[in-house]
Amino acid sequence: MSDIESPSTDVKFTCRDVKVHYGDFEALHGIDIDIPDRGVTAFIGPSGCGKSTFLRTFNRMNDTIEGCRVSGEVLMDGQDIYDKTLDPVLLRAQVGMVFQKPNPFPKSIYDNIAYGPRIHGLTSSKAELDALVEKSLRRAGLWDEVKDRLKLSGTGLSGGQQQRLVIARAIAVSPQVILMDEPASALDPIATAKLEALIDELKERYCIIIVTHSMAQAARVSDKTAFFYMGDLIEFDDTEKIFTNPSNSRTQDYITGRTG
Amino acid sequence: MESKSIHNSEFAHKRLKKRYGKERRFRMWGVAAICFALASLGWLLFSLVGTGFTAFQQNFMSIEVTLEQSIIDPQNTNDRETLRGANYRRIIQNTMYNQFPDVTERKAKQELFALVSASGATNQIRQMVYNDPSLIGKTIRVTVPTSDQVDQLLKGYIKRDVPESRRKISDQQIAWIDDLKSRKIIKKKFNTILFTNPDSRDPELAGIASAVIGSVMIVLIAFLLALPIGVGSALYLDEFAPKNKFTDLIEININNLAAVPSIVFGLLGLAVFINFIGFQRSIPLVGGMVLALRAFPTIVIATRASLRSVSPAMVDGALSLGASHTQAVFHQKLPLAGPGILTGSIIAMAQVLGETAPLLMIGMVAFVTEIPNSISDPATALPVQIFLWSDSAERAWSERTAAAIIILLVILVMMNGVAIWLRNRLEKRR
Ligand SMILES: Nc1ncnc2c1ncn2[C@@H]1O[C@H](COP(=O)(O)OP(=O)(O)OP(=O)(O)O)[C@@H](O)[C@H]1O
Ligand SMILES: [Mg+2]
Repeated sequence: MSDIESPSTDVKFTCRDVKVHYGDFEALHGIDIDIPDRGVTAFIGPSGCGKSTFLRTFNRMNDTIEGCRVSGEVLMDGQDIYDKTLDPVLLRAQVGMVFQKPNPFPKSIYDNIAYGPRIHGLTSSKAELDALVEKSLRRAGLWDEVKDRLKLSGTGLSGGQQQRLVIARAIAVSPQVILMDEPASALDPIATAKLEALIDELKERYCIIIVTHSMAQAARVSDKTAFFYMGDLIEFDDTEKIFTNPSNSRTQDYITGRTG
Repeated sequence: MESKSIHNSEFAHKRLKKRYGKERRFRMWGVAAICFALASLGWLLFSLVGTGFTAFQQNFMSIEVTLEQSIIDPQNTNDRETLRGANYRRIIQNTMYNQFPDVTERKAKQELFALVSASGATNQIRQMVYNDPSLIGKTIRVTVPTSDQVDQLLKGYIKRDVPESRRKISDQQIAWIDDLKSRKIIKKKFNTILFTNPDSRDPELAGIASAVIGSVMIVLIAFLLALPIGVGSALYLDEFAPKNKFTDLIEININNLAAVPSIVFGLLGLAVFINFIGFQRSIPLVGGMVLALRAFPTIVIATRASLRSVSPAMVDGALSLGASHTQAVFHQKLPLAGPGILTGSIIAMAQVLGETAPLLMIGMVAFVTEIPNSISDPATALPVQIFLWSDSAERAWSERTAAAIIILLVILVMMNGVAIWLRNRLEKRR
């Protein structure tokens, strides 16, 4: 992407006065935030405060929801991703997404991973595609578990494996950002631990934004944490600061469990 | 137990009892309804099979026929036209007279000849001689159908104890028949005629072949037209069309179309395809097009229902990887909706197969004695054939009508079975 305003190198997304409407209902009331490039940013806040809505503004998945409008400015590497000339299809190739419920396609594990590269024409030969599939599965820490059954259906894996498969699927199109919306909410503690370890590895290469309801998870995996409340960004700071010494009393109440 | 608890009082027990009583009555109604439905179905099947099963067997006569040169081709021209036009009837008559040489009286001879299916036997040997003229002069053994009266008598439908004047078969004939039967000349065999022959004026020669082939053509044409158009319309309406008053109107109209009486489609076909475009009447092409219209709304509705039943998470997954909307629909949504679409289409085709009224409107009630070779040859369809046969008075026809209905039902059950099997199979693959 070209640089228009010479953004500081370690900021990936710059949001200014971002408002999101569902019809007449304003779900986000003007968010200003700078998301750092490498590392994990966690979004926390009570249910219905707009975390998912805000997360979807980064890959324009809100466009697919009827009646949803986004206003304000979202810059990725200094470029407006809501620019009329920008194709959301290309944006989504750079900003991958992992959903709350694992959603592998009902196809083979191999075809799940290969789907993105195929539609973008990323590889020119079968061997190259094979290599890319392996690389993606390795990065997602799933290779050893599935290397002997790449031809079997992706839906036959366990929940935790499915979620890592979906991450591998996103990685395969070489994104710069991975958005995760409560990726561990459907997983048991062991699968969650594996997923968190994976996030820890991935943050070296990707900008990761994760929505979570678990304070502990946010504390464990993220470098920065944003606290949302009723459509407003209340506080955004280093995770350590948020969890030990928040400057806003509402943040304090939420992380100590007094609201939620 | 605390007797004070409101769930343990006498009143609560009474209420509980009442509730169970209600549930029991509801279950009883359900069972009664099912029993009624099963009984009706059983009765239908019983009466159908009871009337129809005898038609799957028929009485044939195995006779020795002398193909005399002097009758077929006296001048020994070997000319095709002579062979075709020769007096084969004479040969069959001679053969029949030979069975009972002492019969001399003219009227008695006529009655004797009436035991065999006249056109069935003559056509059969005409065909044989025409195909192989070297048979002339030889004596060959052929198996030909008996006349329908003989068949009905032997099947017990013509009662022997009815006074002679009130049955179509004389005492003399009955004696001959019994004699031929004891000489093993008349035998009951599986009725291949029913399956391989086209329609005929003689019940013993009538078959469903032309109707079945006509039906197959109609169903195939309807399928090939209605499936792509129906699936395409459903996809466009659901996925790509702007949501406004106009598309709402289209949607309502398609749903209404499914409820339009099928004869209206026949009228439409008559007006548009035959009177306006100028297609021939009675041909499977027009029948297929008319019934494609009939199947179209069913397929649209089935397709939309199966598209909606696909989890949106699949589309979201594809979109989040950078697939365009069209790609997400065609790569993920449509394949997952496939089994449902296929099942719906097969059900629609089963409807098409059973459809009669619109075919009557476009003239597919013609009496077709030839098996159609192409979609623009006059043909009829199985349900129409049933309709035609059911209209004929003779007892032999009602037997054949019931048999044709059984065949139609078997085909329908098979189609529905295939639909269920396909759905299970395709769904297991997920
Ligand atoms: N598709 C939609 N149509 C209308 N309103 C919506 C839609 N999606 C979300 N909303 C509303 O927007 C607000 C924010 O919803 P959002 O899903 O972003 O909350 P959230 O913080 O992710 O909640 P949760 O933690 O429960 O997932 C809520 O009030 C919700 O009712
Ligand atoms: Mg959410």
